[in-house]
Amino acid sequence: MDIDWKLEIGHWDLKTMKKNTKTKIKKNSKYDVRSKDGTSGWLYTEKVKDHFFNPRNFMRFGEEKKFKFNGYGRVGSPACGDEMVLWLQIDPKTEKIKDCRWRTFGCGSAIASTSVMSEMIKKKGGMKIDNALKLKPQDILKELGGLPDRKVHCSVLGDKALQAAINDYFRKTKQHNRIMVEGAKIIDSDLKITDKDIEEAVLDGARTLEDVQKKLKVGVSKPDIIPSIEELIRFYREKYF
Amino acid sequence: MLPKPKKIREVYFDHAATTATDKTVVKAMTPYYGDIFGNPSSLYHKGREAQTALNNARKIVAELIHAMPENIVFTGSGSESDNLAIFGTAYAHSQVGKHIISVAIEHHAVLYPLRELEKEGFEITYVKVDKEGRVSAKDVISAIRPDTILITIMYANTEIGTIEPIAEIGRELLRYRREHNTTYPYFHTDACQAAGYLDLDVEKLHVDLMTVNGSKIYGPKGVGMLYVRRGIKLKPIVYGGAQEKKLRAGTENVAGIVGFAKGLELVQKNRDKESQRIAKLSAYLWQEVNKKINNVRLNGPAIGESRLPNNVNITFENVEGEALLLYLDEYGVMCSTGSACTSESLEPSHVLRAIGLPYEFAHGSLRFTLGKENTKEDVDYMMKFLPDIVKVLREISPVNMGSQQHPKYKN
Repeated sequence: MDIDWKLEIGHWDLKTMKKNTKTKIKKNSKYDVRSKDGTSGWLYTEKVKDHFFNPRNFMRFGEEKKFKFNGYGRVGSPACGDEMVLWLQIDPKTEKIKDCRWRTFGCGSAIASTSVMSEMIKKKGGMKIDNALKLKPQDILKELGGLPDRKVHCSVLGDKALQAAINDYFRKTKQHNRIMVEGAKIIDSDLKITDKDIEEAVLDGARTLEDVQKKLKVGVSKPDIIPSIEELIRFYREKYF
Repeated sequence: MLPKPKKIREVYFDHAATTATDKTVVKAMTPYYGDIFGNPSSLYHKGREAQTALNNARKIVAELIHAMPENIVFTGSGSESDNLAIFGTAYAHSQVGKHIISVAIEHHAVLYPLRELEKEGFEITYVKVDKEGRVSAKDVISAIRPDTILITIMYANTEIGTIEPIAEIGRELLRYRREHNTTYPYFHTDACQAAGYLDLDVEKLHVDLMTVNGSKIYGPKGVGMLYVRRGIKLKPIVYGGAQEKKLRAGTENVAGIVGFAKGLELVQKNRDKESQRIAKLSAYLWQEVNKKINNVRLNGPAIGESRLPNNVNITFENVEGEALLLYLDEYGVMCSTGSACTSESLEPSHVLRAIGLPYEFAHGSLRFTLGKENTKEDVDYMMKFLPDIVKVLREISPVNMGSQQHPKYKN
């Protein structure tokens, strides 16, 4: 089969972390996966494929009882398409992540993102938890060698699980003052839509007010909050893209 | 990674997406890419040759569906035929009424035009389907209002293979029209998935409009057909020349149309024999999966009379469909999934949701659609790997630990 697609949606340029819409995919590439409706394509890099087929550090059956951990985080749900569980072994003296295990329900890029993240936090004797808390989806993306635009949302769960697991560690070690509470601000009081929801929508590919409204219906009944929604969309677009 | 065989066998289980063009079809088409290149509208002999081929193809298709050649409109695809049927009827008959009846499990080529019409002030009633995706003729008829101009219901479902009671709806509709002394509503069916396996006799189905396309019947891509019952006025969607009774301007795709006719002729000729063979193979596939993998479920009707013989749609609990698909692809097996991760909207399959499947089950679904080149060996080859693939992905997945109380809660 001859394949020569142009990715309409573009790929991430690793140096600048900006979208490179001119990326052309090499002919006869074995690693093509396309959406079933065919309106957009995506491609996984060799690294994504490697982590998907050979996942690192995941919790094998029967290992749960043996693995020593002091931080546990569980985020997402299978109904929304992705769920992730993370176990951390944090050294209380150095506050470094000595070891970790994970399990993920999700597509190829979700599994690969988790696997790559688990390597990142264990690398060089372990990441300090203060640094781990700063880990952003883009850092995981960069390590992965990029994901197609539409699959970016699949890497978002990783840092959330990490934060949840570290918070759990703080709770267990009675450092309640260090627990990071995700400050979500309600934007649309009718629909209980928060700034986090808008962040998710932007990560999911929404770029304009209309896109976001298609996903969230935010502000449809309240024209007065539209400017603040638009401001948030601009903020998250600049933050992530 | 799981060990891979030395030799990867290419197994194509996605015939509902498209089929390979039959060699006989390609052979029939070839002359029209060579010497017989004329425009059928031209009067000299090269044009007349093309015109003859076109007429001949129209005649073949008409006979296969029990219609007259002048009732056949060739288009560029199944989607185009659906669009012509829906917009064509809506715009030509909007003075009579602006109400249309359909079902939520239609193909997007039907649902999206309906959505557009809704924006223009048309009202659409989506009659509910049962958990196997089947609509009842009674429900359809009772949804008819005095301003209903069109009923559009697919012959067989793309994703779960449910065969809809088209002939029964057609019969009931005839009675309704007689009792109410009206010619409305018209009845359209999208028969793209059904064309290779079911009877397309429009007189038995009592349909007024019917869509078929080439790429699902081992014919070429880029050709579709719309059957239009005599006397039904449609508003064209492409204007220009007088081709296709002015319903679809543009020089005819002669080679494609010849190929389409050949493809339809072949599948309809072998229909009964092939349906039986494929149904056995589908049953074998499901039986093997059910036997060797736990926590699986068949989506849609049981394999048999009320399901397209080539469709098997299975949910593998606790696994995500795209991950499964990627794994199978590594082993040479091609199929499709209803998971959100492969869709544009990030929403799982609208069909699986419409039949009431929970989101997590829709995410873990795979659709295998078999075709004429598939054999028992293909199924056996896939089954050498599928149980292990599912096992690996389930081990990575946290879902199965759902009920376990975690130490976290014992603080």
